[in-house]
Order: sequence, then structure tokens, then C-alpha cells
Amino acid sequence: MHSTRRAFLATAGGAAAALVVRPAHATPESMASAIRQIVGEASMKPGKIKLDLPPLVENGNTVAMGVTVDSPMTAKDYVKAVHVVTEKNPQPNVISVKLGPRAGKADIQTRIRLADTQTVVAICEMSDGSFWSDKIDVIITLGACLEDPV
Amino acid sequence: MSALPRRAALVLAIALAGGALPGAAGEIPLNERRSAYEDMSRDNKAMQDDDTSNPGMLAVLDGEALWSAKAGASGKSCADCHGDAKASMKGVAARYPAFNDSAGRPVDLEQRINLSREQDQKSAPFAYESKDMLALSAYVATQSRGEPIAPSDDPRLAPFIDKGRALFNLRQGQLNLSCAQCHDDNWGKHLAGNTVPQAHPTGYPIYRLEWQSLGSLQRRLRNCIIGMRAETYAYGAPEYVDMELYLMWRARGMKMETPAVRP
Amino acid sequence: MAARTLINVPQKAKRGDVIQIKTLISHIMETGFRRDNVGALVPRDIITSFTCTYNGETIFDAELHQAIAANPFITFHTVATESGTIAFRWTGDHGFLQEASAKITVE
Repeated sequence: MHSTRRAFLATAGGAAAALVVRPAHATPESMASAIRQIVGEASMKPGKIKLDLPPLVENGNTVAMGVTVDSPMTAKDYVKAVHVVTEKNPQPNVISVKLGPRAGKADIQTRIRLADTQTVVAICEMSDGSFWSDKIDVIITLGACLEDPV
Repeated sequence: MSALPRRAALVLAIALAGGALPGAAGEIPLNERRSAYEDMSRDNKAMQDDDTSNPGMLAVLDGEALWSAKAGASGKSCADCHGDAKASMKGVAARYPAFNDSAGRPVDLEQRINLSREQDQKSAPFAYESKDMLALSAYVATQSRGEPIAPSDDPRLAPFIDKGRALFNLRQGQLNLSCAQCHDDNWGKHLAGNTVPQAHPTGYPIYRLEWQSLGSLQRRLRNCIIGMRAETYAYGAPEYVDMELYLMWRARGMKMETPAVRP
Repeated sequence: MAARTLINVPQKAKRGDVIQIKTLISHIMETGFRRDNVGALVPRDIITSFTCTYNGETIFDAELHQAIAANPFITFHTVATESGTIAFRWTGDHGFLQEASAKITVE
């Protein structure tokens, strides 16, 4: 009886703590697993691909992002794919793009969401099967006067 | 999200400051006024500057289609009476809110559009913040892009400008804060990582990154009032129009930027 | 209801030029992680795929996730090979499908 009550209180305390609602966050582990799904067993080296993100962001809802890869984009030597993943968004994948020699240039821009200050990683797969990466640490500032949802 | 505890801390910090915010500077001298565009990052400025990448342009294109759409029992489109908006609407948004005889008081651009819908097109008014209202007001307002804000010197507007000024200077809500304390007295300083703007309505309706959509000046004012922990008025309330009128008067001479991008 | 798109493709190009294509589409990109004002999860509603073909041949193929901002803006490059049609296709949750196209003259 005694130990059951203590166990009950312990569970109740634990349940109360769990009521602090937090959206699921990607972790460095889930980003690593997302990278493994892209790269498989191959090694990934820094270089060739360049990720362009502002180091300090006014609003994480819309952040201009550019990705360029140093590649001649010829039939013999081109970028096959570009991937971007994040460390702390609720899920790690951002975008995956298939390219080919018809692109002429591996140069893509888009706008992404960043939930919090974190690291963003860009990966490219080349036609010779090699993988290259770049990463940037981005600081997100939070707004002061926010309106309630809806 | 982590925004909530931080916001609470901010509220506490301001409350502790007990309203003793530095510098009651009064109205900003005309030659010191600047648009919040100047404080944006290089990327956000680029988003606004390029019509092929400005998300507000999606609404402008929708508005262009609405301009030519027949509406209501009249079977008329805006174009049927007003012709080419580039000519007929040039400068119009720059002088709104304006006095409206049928309303007997100033109305803002959205209200003026709805008056036309009801009185001239014999059609239902658009709901505030609806996709169609935002699109059409964006389309009309962008025809004033580059024009100086020029509220009319109609003497009937004067008492309403005064009401708007009084609301701007009114200390209200749980923080006992007025608009003027931040936007006249402490613009340029930082609040939770953001630069406090002077709050000039040069680009409305704006594409606000916080909303991830286009929104009106009324929505932004409601946003501020909620942020100040004060009671908001209903959409379309005369208090908003009085404030909009005062803000446009306060920004007179500054260039329209619609559709602006703001964080 | 059609989603508004804004496409920027050069009308003319010289054969062999590398041209930039810019695309913007109106879409909420609801992540599925947000909660409404009574605490219920707002269901996911995003564009998941964006492809571009040049006279029928795929020149750009992107898989999009929740981290792409609302009203997706995507730019990329392609070699101006011949005159014809550059076609765009967005698909996503709840059967979302939007297409657009632009003509290009290559000399």
C-alpha cells in the first residue's frame, strides 16, 4: 500500500511535468539519422557545396536560403542531388532536389522555416557518387509583440 | 513554444520598469522619420524590392483579377466605372483614410471598397481580412507605390486626427503602455531582438513574415494592442480608422511601399 | 480553387545560355505541428513536390517538407537549349495540384 501510494505520487508528479506542452523537436540524433538516409555508408566531406543563410534572422518563419555547388554540370561531371537538413526543427528534412547537366549551374534559392537557433546542413551528391557538405549556425530572434493564434 | 516564457519575462521586465521608460520625446521631427524598411535585413529588403519574389505580389495579381470581375446585382466590375486602375487609383491609397459623406466620418481604404461594393455594385461587402479584401486593397494600394503619403487637408478630418493622436498617446492595458512610448520615444532601440520601428503605415497591406500572409493595418494594430496586453476593438471600429488616419498624417510625405514585406 | 502562381522565365535567350527561372506560388504550407486556439493540432497541408519540364524533359525535381516557408519561392537554373514550353507542376497534401507554364524563344 505504502509503496503503491509513493509510486502513484511519483507518476502524478511526472504527469504534471509532462503537461508543459512542447512540440516534438528534431535532435542532433534525428538530423544525423536523416543524413545517414541520404548518404548511406558513404563518407561526406566538407567542400564544393556552399550554403547561404543569414547568421542572424529577424523572423524564423521565412528565411532566405541559397545553395550553390562548384561543378561544371557537364554530362561527365555534375551534381545529382542537393539536400538540406536542420538540427532543431520538428522534423529534420527541408528540401531534396534532383539536378542534372541540363541545369547548367547548381544554384538554388528558396525560403525556409527555422524554429530556433540551430545548425543547418546542406549536402550534395555528385555524379561520381561522392558526397559533400556545408553547414551554418543560424541565430533566430523572437518577436516582441506577438498576436495570439487565430 | 519557447516564445511564451520569453514573452512573460518581457512583460515582467516592462512592468518592473513601472512605466519609467526613458525619454518622453514627443512627435518625431519630420526629417528624422524613417520607414521600417531601413531596419530590415538585406534578404528581407530584397524580398520586398523584387516583384518576382515578393509574396505580396500574389495578392496583387489576385486583386487585378478581382478588379475586372463583374460583381453583384449591378453586373459591374470595378473596371467598368474606374477603368484602368493604374490611372484611376494612382494616389488614392496615399490619401486614405478620407472623409466619406455617406458615412459622415473618415473611412479607410477597405471600408471605401466595401461602400462601393454595396452602394455601386449592389454586392455583398468583403469580410475584413478576407482573401478578396486583402487582394483588392493590395491591388488598389500598390497603384500608389512610390507616391508620397498625402492625407487631405479637409478640415472635417481634423477632429478625427486629434482622436487618433489621443489614442496613440493613451496609456492602456495591463502594461499601462501607450503606442507613443515605444514608437515616438524609443524607436531604434531593441525589444526582444527586434528593432522598435517608428510605426509608419507606408506599405499596407503588408506581407508580414510573422503572419506568413498578407494583412491589413487594422490587423497590425490589433496585433500591437494584444502585445501591449490591452483590449482590442472589433474590426471596423472607428477607433482603428481614427488611429490609421493619425498614423497616415504622422507619415505625411513618406513614400508608399505597398506591398511591403515586414518581419 | 486555383493557387496563384508567379513565374519568371526569360522570354528570349541565346542557345547555350544558362538562364535563371524564378517561381512563387500561393500556399499556406501548414506544418501539422501548430495548435489552434483550443489546443487541437492543425492538420498538415503542404506542397510535397515541385517539378519543372522543358519541352517535356524534366529539368528540376524537388521534394518539399514542412520547413519550406509559406508561399514557396524556388529559383533554379537551366540551359536554354531550344524554343518551346517550360512547364511547372506542384503537388501536395489533400490532392493539391497546380500547373503553370511559360514560353521561351531560343535563338
